[in-house]
Formats: sequence, structure tokens, C-alpha cells
Amino acid sequence: MSTAIHTLGYWRIHDGQVRRRALLVRKRLRPYDLRETLLSTPAIPLLLAASEGEGEFHAPTVADFFPPAIFFEGTPFEFNRIMLVRVIAAVVLLTIFCLAARRARLVPGRFQNAVEMILDFVRNSIAVEVLGEVNGRKYFRLLATIFCTVLFMNITSVVPFLNIAGTSVIGLPIVLAAWTYVMYLGAGVKAQGVGGFLRSSLFPPGVPKVLYLLLTPIEFLQVFVLRPATLVIRLLANMVAGHLMLAICFTATSYFLFDSDGAMKLFGAGTFVAGAAFFFFEIFVAALQAYVFAILTAVYLNMSIEAEH
Amino acid sequence: MMIPLDASTAVVSAAEESTTNILLPHAPDIVWSLVIVVIVGIVFYRYALPKFQAVLDERTAKIEGGLAKAESAQAEAAAALAEYHQQLQEARAEAAKIREQARAEGSDIVADLRAKASGDAARIVETAHRQIEAERQQAAVSLRNDVGVLATELASKIVGESLADSARQSRVVDRFLDELENAGPSAASAAGGSASEER
Repeated sequence: MSTAIHTLGYWRIHDGQVRRRALLVRKRLRPYDLRETLLSTPAIPLLLAASEGEGEFHAPTVADFFPPAIFFEGTPFEFNRIMLVRVIAAVVLLTIFCLAARRARLVPGRFQNAVEMILDFVRNSIAVEVLGEVNGRKYFRLLATIFCTVLFMNITSVVPFLNIAGTSVIGLPIVLAAWTYVMYLGAGVKAQGVGGFLRSSLFPPGVPKVLYLLLTPIEFLQVFVLRPATLVIRLLANMVAGHLMLAICFTATSYFLFDSDGAMKLFGAGTFVAGAAFFFFEIFVAALQAYVFAILTAVYLNMSIEAEH
Repeated sequence: MMIPLDASTAVVSAAEESTTNILLPHAPDIVWSLVIVVIVGIVFYRYALPKFQAVLDERTAKIEGGLAKAESAQAEAAAALAEYHQQLQEARAEAAKIREQARAEGSDIVADLRAKASGDAARIVETAHRQIEAERQQAAVSLRNDVGVLATELASKIVGESLADSARQSRVVDRFLDELENAGPSAASAAGGSASEER
């Protein structure tokens, strides 16, 4: 696998500029190697593969997630393509929901039905399902906001011309996870008091006292570190990997169809089909990750509110 | 490893050099994410979601109200149906009763009429009998008179003896009739036959 990867040379495109990158292994690429690489799991190893090709194949790199600044460069308000994608996604999200809310009728039209379907899903399948009727209603707004934000920020990864998820750079997952973190800690403290919350979180009942030596540090790590960290990393990793897979498939298709000759053009069909499959898979992942983020938020809230695990 | 081509790429590549690690956040990233999440959160919390919740709650209430109404309407309909059935039952019972009564009345009337008819018939028969009896007696009386006169005339002619004396005359006649009656039923009937023939 790794030899195959190192045979991959590529160019990086940046802002119209093409930079040639260092070459690890200069070796003529055989089509079979490339195809095998593309159809097996290429994304993560390719991140590490820093090499140069023959000037034909432009593979995506991690630098996709750190585009150059558009304005406010060098300040804490530096604005780049990712921020632009997020702003567009947020504007679309708010426009859809505000329009639907303003026109909300007792008897819904098609548009309102679609928006309500999302909200009903959050309310029934996430909020009420996990938290019960009363608390589900109480935290519905939080869960709906998080679900819709993550969903819309994720789905930009398959929107033409945006082509990257707003959540594929760590800032947004961190902010969302921090919100969840604050909310579930706050809910725990509000429901049980500081002492009660710490006691029920760190010293789960029904365990021999000796085991607390082992359990309490684990529980502490779990509640205060691992839960928010896993929320962030799960979402980020999924969206990063999805973007890389899509980008690899379609850049390879482009390369095979336009820059290669003869029978190698046929491989373009294979990579195109793979890309189309990943396209739909990416839509699924976008929705799934939004669901996972929201339902984990609900689960953590529930664990904080209820004294016993 | 790489050659920066101008200022902007220099910044980018510097960032890449130090933080190709995608897990390390940058300040602008956090700032803009925060701005976006806060804006989305505020709009959702203050405007969109309350509006939707209000509409959804109202719809729930409407549907529940509608369901309750439908339920009461159904109950009413069921009650009306039951009442209708009961009335139908009553009407049927009444009809049966009336029919029964009519039948009884009819048979009464028939019986009455039959009794009256048979009474009439009996009366007619009685009257007829009585008339016949009267006529028979009348016949007998006139026969007795006629037979007496004839016999007396005949006897006086034969005997030549005047039977003018009425007492004697009637005695003779009576004796004759007694003898006649005593002579037997055949003789009496022969006498009756001759008498009716004579009339």
C-alpha cells in the first residue's frame, strides 16, 4: 500500500497558482497502481504523502482546509474560503428557517412540511426519545439548533462550488462541542447541584469503594475531557475524510479523462463511478454526523440530569 | 521543502509548515465559528423555533379538538342510531299489537255476525213454524166446521131426520169425530187428506 502511495506524485493548486512539491519517490506511475490506490482506502495515507508527480495528477491535500485569506489577513478575523462557505451555509439555513417560520401556517404547505419534517425528527427521534417528554421539550431548541447547524455545515461538502464542509475545519466543531459541554455541565449542576453532580458523575453508585480508585479518574476524564473531544474529532474526521475521498475521485477522473492518453482514459469511468458513490455516501455521512452530534448531546444532557447512570 | 512564491502563499505555507495538524485550531477559525453559531443560535432561539413550536402546538391542539369533536359526533350518531332502533322496535311492537287487536276484533265481528245470522235464521224458522202451525190450526178449525156441516147434511139426508136442534147436532158431530179419531191414524190421515183435497 505505502509503496503505491509513494508512487503518487501530484501538484497542488492554490489560488490559481501551481506549486510543485517535493518528490519522495520519482517513479513512473503505472495505471494499475493508481487505480488500486484510489479504489482502496486512500484518503488518510495520502495526507502524509508529500511527493511530486509528472505534472498530471492533482491530488487534494490537507492544505484544502487552510486556504489563503480573503481579507483581514493576519488578524483574529482573518476570513478565508472556509469561513465564506460557513457564512453561505448559515445564510441559507437562516433564510430557509426564517422564511418557513414567517409563513408558518396551521395547514402546512410543501415547503413548511419539509422544514417541519426536520424539526419533528429532532423532537421525536432525538429530544423526546432520549430525554423524555418534559426535558425533551426543554432542550428541543438546543438540539434543533445544533442538528440544523451541523447538517447544513456538513452538506456543503457536496454542494457544487462550495465542495467543502464547514465543519471540516476544527473551529466549528470545537464551538459546537463547547456549547454542548457548557449545556450538559450546566444542566447537571442545575439538576443536582455542584456536589451532587460531581458525586453522581465521578462516583457511580453500586460499585465497591475500592474500585473508585480506578473508576473516578476514568469517569473524570470521560465527563470533562473525552466527551467534548470525541464530539469534535468524530465530526471533524468524518468531514475531512469525506472531502478527501471525493476530491481524490474527481481529480483522478479529471486526470484520466483529460490528461492521460489511450486506454487509461477508461480508468476515468471507474473513478467517476467511485466518486458518484462517495458523493451519495457523503450526503448520508453529513446527515448521520448531524444526527450523531445531536443525539450525543441529548444523551450527555440526560446523563447529567439523571442522578444515576 | 517548498518555495513560497509570494506574500500570501508565504503566510499560508508558514501556517501549513507549523500546523498541518488539522486538530489544532486557529484563532480566526474559532472567532468566525463562534460568530456564526451565535447568530444561528440567536435567530433559532428567538425567532424560528418558537414560531414553529407555536404553530405545532396550535396544530396539535386543533387536531386534538377535532378528534374530540369527531368523537362526540360519533357518540351522538351512535345515540341517535340506538334511539332510532328503539323507536323502530317500538313501532314494530305497536304494529304487531295493532294487527293482533285487529285480528281479534275481526274474529269478534265475524263471531257476532255469525251469532246474529244464526239468531235470525232461528227466528225465521220459528216464525215459519208458527205460521205453519197457525195455518194448520186454522185449516183444522175450518175443516172441522166444513166436515160437520157436510156430515150433518149428509146424515140428515140419509136419515131424514132433522138435526136442527143445534145441541144434538153438535153432539152427533162430536161423536162422529171422536169415532173418526179413534178409528186410527190411517183413518184420520185419510180424513185429513180428503179434507184438504176438498179445499
